[in-house]
Amino acid sequence: MKPVPLTHFTATSCIGNGLAATRAALLAGASGLRPCDFDDAELSTWIGRVAAVDAVELPPALSRFDCRNNRLALLGLQQDGFAAAVRAAADRYGPSRVAVILGTSTSGILTTELAYRRRDPASGALPTAFDYRGTHNVNSVVEFVRAVCDLSGPALAVSSACSSSAKVFATAARMIAAGLVDAAVVGGVDSLCLTTLYGFNSLELLSTEPCRPFDVARRGISIGEAAAFGLLQRLPEGPADGSVVLTGYGESSDAHHMSAPHPEGLGARLAMSAALARAGLAAAQIDYINLHGTATPSNDAAEGAAVRELFGDRTPASSTKGYTGHTLGAAGALEAVISAIALQQDLMPGSAGTGAVDPSIGIDVLIEGRGRPLHHVLTNSFGFGGTNASLILSKVEALPLGARRAMP
Amino acid sequence: MSEARTDVPLTAWIDGVALFAPGLAGWPAGRHVLSGGSFVAAPTEIPKLAVLPPAERRRVGTVVRLALATGLAACESASADPAELPSVFASSGGDGSNCHAICETLASRDRLISPIRFHNSVNNAASGYWGIATGAMAPSAIVSAFDGSFAAGLLEALVQLATPAETAGRLVLVAYDVPYPQPLQATRPMDDACGIGLVLHDREAAHSVARITLDTTTEAPTTMDDPRLEAVRTGNPIARGLPLLAALAAGGSRRVVLPIHEQLGLAVTVAAR
Repeated sequence: MKPVPLTHFTATSCIGNGLAATRAALLAGASGLRPCDFDDAELSTWIGRVAAVDAVELPPALSRFDCRNNRLALLGLQQDGFAAAVRAAADRYGPSRVAVILGTSTSGILTTELAYRRRDPASGALPTAFDYRGTHNVNSVVEFVRAVCDLSGPALAVSSACSSSAKVFATAARMIAAGLVDAAVVGGVDSLCLTTLYGFNSLELLSTEPCRPFDVARRGISIGEAAAFGLLQRLPEGPADGSVVLTGYGESSDAHHMSAPHPEGLGARLAMSAALARAGLAAAQIDYINLHGTATPSNDAAEGAAVRELFGDRTPASSTKGYTGHTLGAAGALEAVISAIALQQDLMPGSAGTGAVDPSIGIDVLIEGRGRPLHHVLTNSFGFGGTNASLILSKVEALPLGARRAMP
Repeated sequence: MSEARTDVPLTAWIDGVALFAPGLAGWPAGRHVLSGGSFVAAPTEIPKLAVLPPAERRRVGTVVRLALATGLAACESASADPAELPSVFASSGGDGSNCHAICETLASRDRLISPIRFHNSVNNAASGYWGIATGAMAPSAIVSAFDGSFAAGLLEALVQLATPAETAGRLVLVAYDVPYPQPLQATRPMDDACGIGLVLHDREAAHSVARITLDTTTEAPTTMDDPRLEAVRTGNPIARGLPLLAALAAGGSRRVVLPIHEQLGLAVTVAAR
């Protein structure tokens, strides 16, 4: 595929609001996880909560969108001049030529969960203030971001569990390549709610300690929340030196089980192979892999098997979920941003929380962060329902000159 | 006013069609009604599932049954093997009954939700069961755009077909929505279930019935002339695609506008083969 410049990006998670704080935490190896103190959930687990969300206020004109997820979205948009960059793109191309493609898994469902505690005792009705479209519906965050940024181009939500906000990069890249739009706001926003906390608890997948991806004694996930955004642009003049470009994406379906991965990671391998093929890269050209690495025994084993099959045991890899928790529908975009940070800093983050790597997995999992010149980075996102997506981000300097001139 | 300036024409041939909506029980019967036959009001009929292992079949609700039936009927009408096709799933929301049950449990004292309910709560549940039922390992897109979900799915499908080496030239679009139980229904009213399936091809083939070409537009959405069919169109988000099916049923050349969102529509030019 023709590479698509990722001209701006930002991330807000429990390790910090915006890029500077995120970079600092990754460099310091500092996890943002803490014992669960969300709402009145009584669960013995650790979470990645964004403390600043509670103080966020939506503009009065957009009050119908008020919910934890859209507050988190607004907090994320306000970091690193991202909203201003989107406005500049809208000024340049026209508001109808900028798409909004965002991933979320649970949207503002926390609002619905709380409304169910306040049903009318006689009729069973939800409180009259409850706004389904503005909060609960998966497209709510798309409508909200479109309203905040005043955009009128194609807009849709991708809600495919934990691959959601990786798949948005594929959808947006295709729209730009087809010339349907000139730019796209992509990203993922997912916020803490009781459905996911008690749901993963019901599957016995919540770790009672901070998650330990690829550790021999890993015991499950820590749930987090995040808002991560990127701006993809066709940029006819070509990207500046030092820019990050999307060079590949790959998607697949496990066709195996609703909540367990294919044991040999077949679907994961198909997604990674498709991303490599689309990028025109050999496996050996990938310098670092940001693993999905949720820290459940079966997920890490399946992903490890798929990585080993394609890359052998030499490519350095790590999961950053020990820093941020598993941010579910936001994980794809959050980890794309972390991969972009890695490229710009020539830094491979370590695996916070991981003590002793499971020797049966047989890939090079980094426990400590390490510096190394990075050219191409692959990041994985897999989800319930057997949905898989892999992205490849590259430094523009790593592309052949011909490819740099032939941006879409 | 047409605004699209796509570099690649967004065009495809329709090889197969499925339709399950109130009074429109399957595409052969629905086509007859939409081309001027008499409309008899009736609840949406969702066919029984003949796929999925028995354990999985017991676990799925109406939403997944409708989606699978819609996708399978579209593939059958195109004589296409679903295992070989990438898929695009479009719906305005997930499984409302399942969500209602989870929210009720979370509002109760013990909060112990069922693990099956939880894994069925993901918005891509239909796509996941589709993979298990058909063995399709190809990419599956999952898109939502509130009342614009059908048009968003159609746009995603044709953009995929326009992208070189993306789909082997053919894919299945599965669009579906089922009404929510109360109290959610009062906050998101829907009259009845609707499923629309299309097998779309980047070239003309033996089963092609029509060619469609897409453009974005700021024109208002096309409505149905018959007030009873207009009530079907507005009674379910996916039924916003009904004018496209009416154009297919009518034959000849037509142009319809489907909503994506309040400021953007999808103009679909239909040319019967």
